[in-house]
Amino acid sequence: MFLAWRDILVRYKQTIIGVAWSVLRPFITMVIFTIVFGKLAQFPSEGVPYPILVFAALLPWQMFASALTDSSNSLISNASMLTKVYFPRLIVPTSAVMVSLADFLISFGILGALMVWYRFVPDWHILTLPFFLFLVLMATLGFGMWLAALNVKYRDFRYIVTFLTQFGLYISPVGFSSSVIPDRWRLLYSLNPMVGIIDGFRWAILGGAYTIYMPGFALSAILIFVIFWSGLAYFRKAERSFADVI
Amino acid sequence: MSTVIKAENLSKKYIIGHQRQEQYLTVRDTIAHKFKDIGNRLMHPLLASSGQPLMDLSSTEEFWALKEISLEIQQGERVGIIGRNGAGKTTLLKILSCITEPTKGRVSIRGRVASLLEVGTGFHPELTGRENIYLNGAVLGMSKAETKKKFDAIVAFAEVEKFLDTPVKRYSSGMYVRLAFAVAAHLEPEVLLVDEVLAVGDAAFQKKCLGKLGDVAKEGRTVLFVSHNMGAINTLCDRAIWIDKGTIAHDGTAAQVVGAYMNQGSPIAKQVIWAKNERPGNQSFQLVSVTLKRSDGVATSEINISEDATIEIEYEVIRSGARAMFSLVFWDANSNCVFGSLSNTAENSYHGKSLKPGCYLSICGLYGHLLNEGRYYISVIGASDNWNDGFRADHVLSFYALDDGVLKRDYSGNYGGVIRPRLIWKTIPVQINSRNNSYRE
Repeated sequence: MFLAWRDILVRYKQTIIGVAWSVLRPFITMVIFTIVFGKLAQFPSEGVPYPILVFAALLPWQMFASALTDSSNSLISNASMLTKVYFPRLIVPTSAVMVSLADFLISFGILGALMVWYRFVPDWHILTLPFFLFLVLMATLGFGMWLAALNVKYRDFRYIVTFLTQFGLYISPVGFSSSVIPDRWRLLYSLNPMVGIIDGFRWAILGGAYTIYMPGFALSAILIFVIFWSGLAYFRKAERSFADVI
Repeated sequence: MSTVIKAENLSKKYIIGHQRQEQYLTVRDTIAHKFKDIGNRLMHPLLASSGQPLMDLSSTEEFWALKEISLEIQQGERVGIIGRNGAGKTTLLKILSCITEPTKGRVSIRGRVASLLEVGTGFHPELTGRENIYLNGAVLGMSKAETKKKFDAIVAFAEVEKFLDTPVKRYSSGMYVRLAFAVAAHLEPEVLLVDEVLAVGDAAFQKKCLGKLGDVAKEGRTVLFVSHNMGAINTLCDRAIWIDKGTIAHDGTAAQVVGAYMNQGSPIAKQVIWAKNERPGNQSFQLVSVTLKRSDGVATSEINISEDATIEIEYEVIRSGARAMFSLVFWDANSNCVFGSLSNTAENSYHGKSLKPGCYLSICGLYGHLLNEGRYYISVIGASDNWNDGFRADHVLSFYALDDGVLKRDYSGNYGGVIRPRLIWKTIPVQINSRNNSYRE
């Protein structure tokens, strides 16, 4: 856990506005998405203020994207440590995810501010949020372990990560509600595990106004479990040779 | 006494690539090689049928960094590991500390292991000294509470009190290393593995580090210590293992093994005579032979430290007008340079003068009461006219200096130090009532 603490500390050293960066980034993305999708493209807002709709999805997405980038590079950027000291290697990608969790908590504060601004009161659904947070953590770690381990051997995976996070932002229902997808495609759409997570987040935050597509959610959840366990298994197998190939 | 480390038949194989420049694989290359491979198989169906991947034959080679190493280390032992660069010392430490897995064989270790393969592992340049102490402690396996307890001792040891809240990127490299070593030195593992990390810092700090390692061992912990500093191995360790080309060449007491290691390749030699085509030299002149002689003119490999001796350098001038100059360098058994001696003009009319082709003999007189008891090595450095065309022949002679006890009289112990010169002593009586005056006679 010291690694996470180190990365958080280091992140905002020698910056002028410091922690504000982790507030500013999601906030500006939210503003742009609201304008592009809500105002210009006139997507439906499910009866809640569009900024809140976007932000509820941005929370898990930002966390997923930044944690994925960090954790997939984590082993390589700590290469000198891997070859010199023994410690459970899983700590490295895990702590990268923990750093993003810290950012997540800060962003969550903005969501609170938005809710106050729009006088939006969530109902009991919000109590289920920790479950969805757990789900996104698992998804992130699952992908993170796969990519981190693969990245040690094949450096091309760092390009794949950039590609994934850029592309994923548009194929996941971040800027719009997943209800704009025609019903017959929705199950297929849920093969993207972020769809289930984002739907879950919206359901928990926006409350009764937002409906969740259960078969799709179940599919996403199963996929996440598969990715997590296979990622863990692959990582454990690959970690033996990390110090030799890195 | 119980066995702490037990290793059986440890082997470690590395694949070394000859063709690829990159350190790591990329999917693109892997696919490209696969296609090349398939192409090769199609082109040479006969070869392909043998079932061997063609690509691997041309581009990789196996390299066994360690071969069938078995060893047992008891609790509280201080073991020095010596050997040439690339002999597999660090690989052994890496396997013992679980950083890499052995290809074959197994290791069992009882107790907490801390390895110090490099100082400052996990230091982050942006963080302050204080933060890095906690971070490094955690990386090396100390809990936060433990680090807190040791914090003051660490800071005091590293002598960086003033700079605790400065990012370590602004530290001088000496401060950086001191801090890093201090953290590691205050670990309290049952087994401590130390790689060549002491070759840093100034002499005083190195001494302090060695002292600290000695303390660690006194507390009953097991220490494995890799070093090229034979003196340190000798003083710090009670057992030494010499690793050569991945196997254990010698395992025994530190003194024995260090002695054997130092003597390899340079047996006791009172005289060296080079074959005509192997003579060290340059275009102006070449060495013919170097001989160590006792004061009575007999070639010897043992000299008495209280008697004079000579070193004779015979050489052949091949370029007319060359001016030959020599320097003799004396080394002790731990590879410390004891002193050097330059041929000088006090000598005779041939030194520094243009010489006609032919053979000459330069004689260096080594007077008695200079060296201490022990083993010495001599290197010869030669040059003509200017030192730009210098050449050297290392460790050409090796001899023992024996103490006949002339100066010791009834003292039977050994003198410390590398040399034992006879200096000028004088004893005079002092009048009590003249105390306040000068001591002049």
